[in-house]
Amino acid sequence: MSVLIYADSYNKKLTKTAYEAVTYGLKTASILGTQATVIVTGECENIADLGEYGANKVLHVNKPELNHSEPQLTAFAISEAANKEGSNVIVMAHDHSGKGILPRLAVRLNAGSVPGAVELPKNEGGFSVKKSVFSGKAFAQVEIKSDKKIVSFLPNTIPAEKVGGSAQVENFEVSLPSINVKVKEVKKESTKLSLTEADIVVSAGRGLKGPENWGMIEELANELGAATACSRPVADIGWRPHHEHVGQTGVTVRPNLYIAIGISGAIQHLAGVNGSKVMVVINTDPEAPFFKAADYGIVGDAFEVVPKLIEAVKAFKAANN
Amino acid sequence: MKILVCISKAPDTTTKITFKDNDTHFNKDGVQFIINPYDEWYALVRGLELKEAAGSGSVTVINVGTAENDPVIRKALAIGADDAVRIDSEDKDPFNVAKQIADYAKDKGYDMILTGKETIDYNGSQIGGMIAEFLNLPYISQASKLDVNGNIATVIRDIQGGKEVLEVEGAFVLGAAKGMAEARIPNMRGIMAARTKPLNVVPSTAGEDLTEIKSYSLPPAKAACKYVSADNPGELLDLLKNEAKVL
Ligand SMILES: Cc1cc2nc3c(=O)[nH]c(=O)nc-3n(C[C@H](O)[C@H](O)[C@H](O)COP(=O)(O)OP(=O)(O)OC[C@H]3O[C@@H](n4cnc5c(N)ncnc54)[C@H](O)[C@@H]3O)c2cc1C
Ligand SMILES: Nc1ncnc2c1ncn2[C@@H]1O[C@H](COP(=O)(O)O)[C@@H](O)[C@H]1O
Repeated sequence: MSVLIYADSYNKKLTKTAYEAVTYGLKTASILGTQATVIVTGECENIADLGEYGANKVLHVNKPELNHSEPQLTAFAISEAANKEGSNVIVMAHDHSGKGILPRLAVRLNAGSVPGAVELPKNEGGFSVKKSVFSGKAFAQVEIKSDKKIVSFLPNTIPAEKVGGSAQVENFEVSLPSINVKVKEVKKESTKLSLTEADIVVSAGRGLKGPENWGMIEELANELGAATACSRPVADIGWRPHHEHVGQTGVTVRPNLYIAIGISGAIQHLAGVNGSKVMVVINTDPEAPFFKAADYGIVGDAFEVVPKLIEAVKAFKAANN
Repeated sequence: MKILVCISKAPDTTTKITFKDNDTHFNKDGVQFIINPYDEWYALVRGLELKEAAGSGSVTVINVGTAENDPVIRKALAIGADDAVRIDSEDKDPFNVAKQIADYAKDKGYDMILTGKETIDYNGSQIGGMIAEFLNLPYISQASKLDVNGNIATVIRDIQGGKEVLEVEGAFVLGAAKGMAEARIPNMRGIMAARTKPLNVVPSTAGEDLTEIKSYSLPPAKAACKYVSADNPGELLDLLKNEAKVL
């Protein structure tokens, strides 16, 4: 019995969820009373940083073909590592990379899998994991009955913990199969913070009246170091790009702080955001359903409240630095 | 062009989720079921568009489930699928669902197998990738655009904070996300035609389930919202720092 942790990288750097995976995987190993090994695939410049998060042994498949975490090849490499290490629990993040890798790996290893865990696994009367279901409206406790098991956790489930130490990095040779997929181009939307990785998300809806009014939303997000999001109609009518659409049929986010401005709080919107630790709602209508889900609320006009809030954030930052 | 579209049944998005039998089963009483939105709006419609553009071929929808899914499958036929297959089995374990679809598809020569990027009830985002691995085909998860030119498909895959443009040669499996197509509403002719289109029920080839849902729970009830005056947003920041501890 041992745990294998997949730490994702992008542009030759470990991602935020890579560190979370190490913490989640090490804690899982300690629940099972066993050791953990980390695997990194593709060229990566800061692997040694994993030591600070408690990783002892890191296998590195140092091949440029894996730089895009191509799921077919990455799943192949991870399954080779799992076989070599005799790992029967594999841990990764349920992010864009993990969603491509996990299902392929499950088939390769004949493993039962739970994607989207919101807690650490339990090992009492069977190995089971709590996962988010019904788009955040409920949870299911799922038992994995097969010998090999794969768990992917939702980003921001457990904060990455620095525990100190140093990692021993081993080169791991894998002869990769040939595949029928070629990456032609990679387009980063911008250097902006990605929505699923952000600790704070500032989101706005149809209450903003038009795309020209998003300047203050972006300024607020900027001041808070937050990513921006929007409700579905706003993306549908083209006020904001599709990748900002959160909710049941859009992106699911679970930041520490979600600020919803001019969004009514329809059940489909809430489904994608109610995993947030704290929610703030700003809306002119005191009856807006979103206030029922909110932790803090301001009843008021966004066009008056948001500029004041931006000033307050500036003052707050000055006072707390 | 020969296309297979995997559809699953999901509770309508406005459903209030409750459980029964000591929180071990989802309570379906009074629940309205729909085709999982990603499967209907994006996978199925894009499949139909590609067939129409090619001027020939077929779009088959496949579902793993019991006879209670037939109305949802008929809706896919009303939207325009040519025929339907239902593998007669409960869809409890995703591995088994994927295995059965792969078993069915493996010798039928589909040019592509389209799935939704995820179901809105189980939220697995795994069945498409599993089918692909069983059949040793590429799988493009979170695909927001799909164009086909002869034997080459060009696909856009959403990645963390961006997009990847991919070129795929030969058959593939894809998980459809928003952007791929616009939803279609079935018309009267479609609904009439759906009644006579073939819905073939085939026996299950399921193996042992690798996972099992033991129980369900709902998120803890939220404490009442705390209101802050619109004139004093600074107070909000103090609360977020000192009480909620998120700043
Ligand atoms: C199958 C299905 C799936 C769906 N999936 C999603 C999804 O994933 N995500 C999603 O967001 N929606 C989704 N929807 C749509 C959802 O039902 C709502 O229609 C949508 O969330 C409403 O968006 P909104 O809150 O921006 O707009 P509205 O409902 O129009 O609300 C605007 C709000 O702004 C407030 N307001 C107006 N002026 C101001 C002002 N000056 N200052 C402050 N507040 C103001 C109003 O009081 C109101 O509460 C889905 C719907 C369906 C049927
Ligand atoms: N029972 C089923 N029958 C056929 N296809 C399914 C079934 N369940 C899921 N799918 C397909 O697999 C996709 C991903 O499902 P999931 O892995 O459960 O999120 C869905 O969008 C469907 O296209």
